[in-house]
Amino acid sequence: MKLTLVTGVTGLVVLLVIVELLRRRQLREKYAILWLVVGLVIIPLALFPWLLDDVAGALGVASGVSLVLFLGIVFLLLVCVHLSWEVSRLEEETRTIAEDLALLRTEVRADRERGWGDDVRPVSDADARAGDPT
Amino acid sequence: MIGAHGLLVVIPAFNEAECIGDVVREVRGELPQADVLVVDDGSTDDTLAIAERAGATVARLPFNLGVGGAMRLGYRYARDHGYQVVVQIDADGQHDPRYVPKLLDALDEADLVIGARFAGEGGYRVRGPRRWAMVMLSVVLSWLAGTRLTDTTSGFRAANRRAIELFARFYPVEYLGDTVETLVTACRRGLRVRQVPVAMRPRLAGIPSHSPLKATIYLGRAFTVLVLALLRR
Repeated sequence: MKLTLVTGVTGLVVLLVIVELLRRRQLREKYAILWLVVGLVIIPLALFPWLLDDVAGALGVASGVSLVLFLGIVFLLLVCVHLSWEVSRLEEETRTIAEDLALLRTEVRADRERGWGDDVRPVSDADARAGDPT
Repeated sequence: MIGAHGLLVVIPAFNEAECIGDVVREVRGELPQADVLVVDDGSTDDTLAIAERAGATVARLPFNLGVGGAMRLGYRYARDHGYQVVVQIDADGQHDPRYVPKLLDALDEADLVIGARFAGEGGYRVRGPRRWAMVMLSVVLSWLAGTRLTDTTSGFRAANRRAIELFARFYPVEYLGDTVETLVTACRRGLRVRQVPVAMRPRLAGIPSHSPLKATIYLGRAFTVLVLALLRR
């Protein structure tokens, strides 16, 4: 009975934290939904751990608890891989933005040196491409 | 002779205030027809101001990206401004700009020319795991390129318009990716890669590491980069 209480309360706390983060707009929806689903699946299992025993038996796993442990680890592993992928993508995006910024700053400075920008002068696309209109 | 907007020398620099001024002045002295772009890779010292005073155009990255990031920026700049040839030179002064005309000559029959240390000129010797790494890289990349490449990690290169277009889109930031992986990609896209023997000078600042542990780690990383580069699409 004590164990059920501990696991059940843990599940509830996790669910509350997610809802609160979502409410404060700190979590993107795509992640929030994932964790909410996880929370909603976990809480009934915390209260009634034998629910999965039949599924576990069918898969040749001794008990439902072992099955949950196994699935949990696989799930967390996948989440980690996904996050690594997201970070890699973000780094690539940051890198591109950093390069864009550096290029723009160089262009602006070159234009200033030519005396542009003091008076407003429309710059055509051809000028921007050629770099040096003279 | 290459025209006004023909040749761009790109020098990636990260905290190279000690020697960047001399390197820029030397390049401008040897190659008066070239424009010089120093890519300041988020330096915290005076690299930017010194390079500018020496007469280079400076592009400043807001934070440190690594050589690959700086170089892609250089190639993007060259592509957008219509340069026909990019020569990349290290900021530490080990590449002698007097060899640049030799690299440019070799561009007649290649898209990417590497200034190679071990090809006869100069006295640069390495031993142990670092040497095995270099041999492994050299064997695999020579086979890919269909020509003998002895110094695959050399940052002394010349690229024509075709290679510029490729590198403006693709230039990895990872360690060794900027040299080894770019070579693998260039070969796979059908670019002709050649090497030209050059002598390299001791660096003006900083010393290369000789620790055997670091050399072994270097071997492992070189192997990983190579395998990944070959597996990647």
